Amino acid sequence: MRVESPRHLAELQQAFHAREIGFAKKLHICCGPGCLASGAADIVSKFKALLKKRHLTDFSLEAIKETGCHGLCEQGPLVVIEPDGIFYTKVKPKHVETIIDSTLERNEVISELLYREPHSQRCVEHYRDIDFYARQHRIALRHLGRISQYDIRDYLAQGGYSALAKALTTMTPDQIVSEVTTSGLRGRGGAGFPTGRKWATCRNAEEQPHYVICNGDEGDPGAFMDRAIMEGDPHSVLEGMIICAFAVGSAQGYIYVREEYPLAVQNLQLAIDQASDYGLLGDNILGSDFSFSIKISRGGGAFVCGESSALMKSVAGDVGEPRAKYVRSVLKGLFDRPTVLNNVETFANVPVIINQGGERFAELGMKKSTGTKAFSLVGKVRNTGLIEVPMGTTLRQIIYDIGGGILNDRPFKAVQTGGPSGGCLPESKLDLPVDFNTLTEAGSMMGSGGMIVVDDRTCVVDLAKYFLAFLLDESCGKCTPCREGLYQLHRLATKISDGEATEPDLDKMEQLSHMVIIGSLCGLGKSGPNPFLSTVQYFRDEYLAHIREKRCPAGVCRALIRYDVIAEKCDGCLACISACAVHAITGKKGQVHAIDQELCDKCGACHAVCTRHAIEVT
Amino acid sequence: MNHDLSRLPDIIGRYPRSPQSLIAVLQDIQRDYHFLPCEALKETAKALQVPLSKVFSVSTFYNAFSLYPRGERVIRICTGTTCHIRGAKLIQYQLEDKLSIKAGQTTPDLKFTLEVVNCVGACAMAPVVIVNGKYFGSVKVSDSKKLLRGSKDAR
Repeated sequence: MRVESPRHLAELQQAFHAREIGFAKKLHICCGPGCLASGAADIVSKFKALLKKRHLTDFSLEAIKETGCHGLCEQGPLVVIEPDGIFYTKVKPKHVETIIDSTLERNEVISELLYREPHSQRCVEHYRDIDFYARQHRIALRHLGRISQYDIRDYLAQGGYSALAKALTTMTPDQIVSEVTTSGLRGRGGAGFPTGRKWATCRNAEEQPHYVICNGDEGDPGAFMDRAIMEGDPHSVLEGMIICAFAVGSAQGYIYVREEYPLAVQNLQLAIDQASDYGLLGDNILGSDFSFSIKISRGGGAFVCGESSALMKSVAGDVGEPRAKYVRSVLKGLFDRPTVLNNVETFANVPVIINQGGERFAELGMKKSTGTKAFSLVGKVRNTGLIEVPMGTTLRQIIYDIGGGILNDRPFKAVQTGGPSGGCLPESKLDLPVDFNTLTEAGSMMGSGGMIVVDDRTCVVDLAKYFLAFLLDESCGKCTPCREGLYQLHRLATKISDGEATEPDLDKMEQLSHMVIIGSLCGLGKSGPNPFLSTVQYFRDEYLAHIREKRCPAGVCRALIRYDVIAEKCDGCLACISACAVHAITGKKGQVHAIDQELCDKCGACHAVCTRHAIEVT
Repeated sequence: MNHDLSRLPDIIGRYPRSPQSLIAVLQDIQRDYHFLPCEALKETAKALQVPLSKVFSVSTFYNAFSLYPRGERVIRICTGTTCHIRGAKLIQYQLEDKLSIKAGQTTPDLKFTLEVVNCVGACAMAPVVIVNGKYFGSVKVSDSKKLLRGSKDAR
């Protein structure tokens, strides 16, 4: 069906909305990456199979919605029963029948499936009352978990594409650019460049044609906000891109998606096909003269392709090597033509800005960092998952109020933000407001939104070494300071974790870091030493413990630790013996086991499998 | 090595014959053959009119491409930051030991390929292992045998 005019669109939206509120009950089953990994697909098929047979009165099979990520991944698979918002956690296929019998048929709540607040152990019945959700403010993630990720009708029922209709019929391209400028929206991919200014430059560029690219190459390890949006609410990204294309005068757009996100490619392609069928993409959008189409370009698994100039080379079928920035990509980008490149989350914010006005958006957050930001809150925190908060929220509020504190009540050690380009912030920085400028001043950066919480069992030397190894592997090799400098930094970090380093090595690493920063062309090299520099700034003592005392306080660095069996706790269950890859553990069933230190390669497998906590690390 | 190249024209034909299609064509060959056979690179170079050296350059630059045959079952261990601090290395050591290969290698009988991948974006379920596209979350050291069978009960 083609939508011929904005009025036609409004009628359709109303009809789909009426259909939605007509369902007496709806099942929102989370099919985000986390819940799928814990078995959500089986739950969906079981609900469908049982409900097909049962024919409940007042329940339509179409009211089973496979939604995008709800956010609280730790508690998955999640099932929400609307319109009441009853929130079930850790649902297994065996619970499906009970949910149908009790909740769908008799309106009874199953208390054992409800979420419990970590501190009070209070059972919470409704979605909206859970601290994790109640303290968030969702704009970019507004539809996640609320609509089917496969059906454009659900997006339209929420008023989807009305921002596009408003932009096409009541606004000029200049007005759109000025509205986005007023909103203060800054690029959510990490660099924080003002979106309105980028659009204005491209709009005014004389060379033709202009291109619009959406950067979905979310390469930072520990970040999955963009994945969740592309999979769970693909139309909000498309709508943002179409509005951008109209504003900057472009007829062709690309979405560059990571190779590691096959489901995002699939859902985006489905969304593009559906939007094209409805006449929201393609020729003469909504009956106007404006035409725009979008192609998906799949990445090849290279971190550096998240960098704008490398990404554009990759879209053109080439090796993704960045180029110097004195020629800006907004003027000479894809195929050397003017190109707007924005991140997924940035585009997802655009329809809201157009609908509600830039000023309203700018009221949220901080003066120089307006609006909200999505984060993936992961690591050693209780409520891991996807969150969105106004800019300026403190790290402490995010980690303790929303995240529920540290897993197993261990002490907080640091929070890593900004991925491999960012840094680690210690407890003394927890009351900093999270915005672009403050985090950079503290030695880390906002980045795309990965927020990894670590406790006292994580070694900062090991973490810095991990990021250096990551970057060394992902460096494209074009600039010598990055290619060779990161190699030497990693070698020296390994020396420290092996207990073979001296204090001059640490000074050498700091000097070398500054050379890598000065001498590299793109962000990968320019920010590559950040994880090392920030950890050495805030956790110098821990580096010195490795160097002077040959000791790893966190019990991680293999060369500096040993594993021993605590005789009083060992019940001789043989679990560690079968886990040991090097056959270093001996003992009979029921007798205390012993570790041969000569053979032990310190992998820690015994420690991980022991249920009686009978293996200690020193 | 000889491979059945009869499927190649079909794969190349899916895209416009221009250098811009190079990555997409190689991705489809990789998906179909599970690696990039040497002959396929030559054919691609000819069809898209790009130098063979460039085809080789692109196929070695991106992690998604492999120039060696891969196993029937591809086990990918996520080593993103979250998986790293939650013990992905332990899982890697266990699987390397059980298969007697290192990450990045394939068993001689072509049954298993073991790979590490930099974050698959399922961080909340760390550590994550993907076996032939199927995600397994919150993997424990003791799950390694089950992973080799390709099945691990959901939590």
